[in-house]
Amino acid sequence: MTLLSTRGLSKSFGGLHAVTNVDFDLPKGEIRALIGPNGAGKTTLVGMICGRIAPTSGTVSFDGVDITALPAHKRIMLGMAYTFQITSVFPRLPVAENVALAARRRLHGQEVDAAVSEALDRVGLTEAPDEEAGNLSYGHQRLLEIAMGLAQRPRLLILDEPTQGLSEGEIDGFKALIRDLAGETTILLIEHNMKVVMETADRVTVLNFGEVLAEGTPQEIHENDAVQAAYLGTG
Amino acid sequence: MSETQRILILHGGLLVLLFVLQFVLPAYHHGNLARIMVLATYAVGYNILFGYTGLLSLGHALFFAAGMYGMGLTIQHAGFTPAPALLVGLVAGALVSGALALLALRTAGVAFMIVTLMFAQAGYLTILYFGEYTRGDEGFVIQQAQRVLWGIDLSDPTNRYFAAWGLFGICLLISLWLVRAPFGRTLVAIRENEERVRMLGYDTFAHKLTAMVISGTIAAAAGAFYGLLFGYAGASFASVQYSIFPLLWVLLGGAGTVLGPFVGTLFMFYLIDLSSGITTAYMLIAGVVLVALTLFAPQGLTGELRRRVWRWLP
Repeated sequence: MTLLSTRGLSKSFGGLHAVTNVDFDLPKGEIRALIGPNGAGKTTLVGMICGRIAPTSGTVSFDGVDITALPAHKRIMLGMAYTFQITSVFPRLPVAENVALAARRRLHGQEVDAAVSEALDRVGLTEAPDEEAGNLSYGHQRLLEIAMGLAQRPRLLILDEPTQGLSEGEIDGFKALIRDLAGETTILLIEHNMKVVMETADRVTVLNFGEVLAEGTPQEIHENDAVQAAYLGTG
Repeated sequence: MSETQRILILHGGLLVLLFVLQFVLPAYHHGNLARIMVLATYAVGYNILFGYTGLLSLGHALFFAAGMYGMGLTIQHAGFTPAPALLVGLVAGALVSGALALLALRTAGVAFMIVTLMFAQAGYLTILYFGEYTRGDEGFVIQQAQRVLWGIDLSDPTNRYFAAWGLFGICLLISLWLVRAPFGRTLVAIRENEERVRMLGYDTFAHKLTAMVISGTIAAAAGAFYGLLFGYAGASFASVQYSIFPLLWVLLGGAGTVLGPFVGTLFMFYLIDLSSGITTAYMLIAGVVLVALTLFAPQGLTGELRRRVWRWLP
């Protein structure tokens, strides 16, 4: 059962073709990694999927419904969650309030508090819920982003480079969290860290110059010559 | 003592204090305080949009005037009694702010400031243009006989004080309730990072629109009561000066604090009142004090209090 699919999705900025004719299918329950060199169009592609960027042409369907014309907030309400590549928390609001804002979209009253502590618990940010989010370390702000995504209880969780700037220990925690979420929700993971991709993803899609270069299991991708040449290097 | 209890005691305490003051204050300050409370209500409305939602409007005089003229013109020309006239003022404020919001919220930042400023100027010129009815700059007096609300003569200083206190109290409590409710917290989040709020699934346009209508309607309520309590409506209340005043009061008192608008209005009123007693160049003194405040208390008086002492201030 396909949760998300795009057909002929393209975006050009002036003369620059950031994403060209992408057909992409993501089955329900899968953990999919989206990789590619810098500037391959990964963030543009997910931007079009979650409604931050309007496509030049093509369609996006979610759960069998064409959502190409829906504004971002309505797509989120259908069950998408997007965590930002560049940390985008509310720096002057308390940590718990950051997560509560995410949770209040579907819950009310006491349930919000429970959902907030559950989400913070899952990412391991339990020490200082009343601290201003801006005072957290960069790594902890990344975790807070993920907690905000979890608190939305999404059907599709889009994580844009979640491990960027995390320490080794935090990355291990993140991998455990993703494995823990497997089966609960569908995950689209943009990731540069190949170890994370290899250990967590069911399948991998490779973008290069805005086009899908290859798609397959992590093993297949690792052995694909074209991908090696474009991205992984030949070592 | 829980945070909610502390907040209720502080804000309730201010209202009780203001209520009691009317029995002890000399006539001059008694009259001043009534005026300050109505103007502070205007600032409370402004603060919801500026302090909590982060939208800097330079056109709130339009809403203040919509309330004042909605009330005044229906009394003057349609023979309304104060109660329905006040209601017309409120509805006028809600409609005008809703209409302006639909247009101005298509912009952001400096463009939003300019669009609101331009529409407010257009409103001011409209009042002058229809001078036959509005009497333009000269304005018109609302006679004592027309200012009797449910048998209460609002030109009487005690009644006037009580009406101003009631208006201010209601709007202060609305503001307090609003900013602690989920809706108000979402407004604060929009102020902090609108794109993130949108990507959490909130319709930020609808939130900003609602905030602007609430803000505009409170401003209109202040305008309508100002005209009724002090018996006069004139075009100067629609001028750009009256759009700048609430911004100044809120900045001085503390943007994004519930008490800030009152503190700022009180401070500014008496700053001008006292300095004009010393010299005719009173704006010089006021100016120096304002510069000092912006330098040493950039978050305003209440904002500074929150930063240093009472972290829990809403």
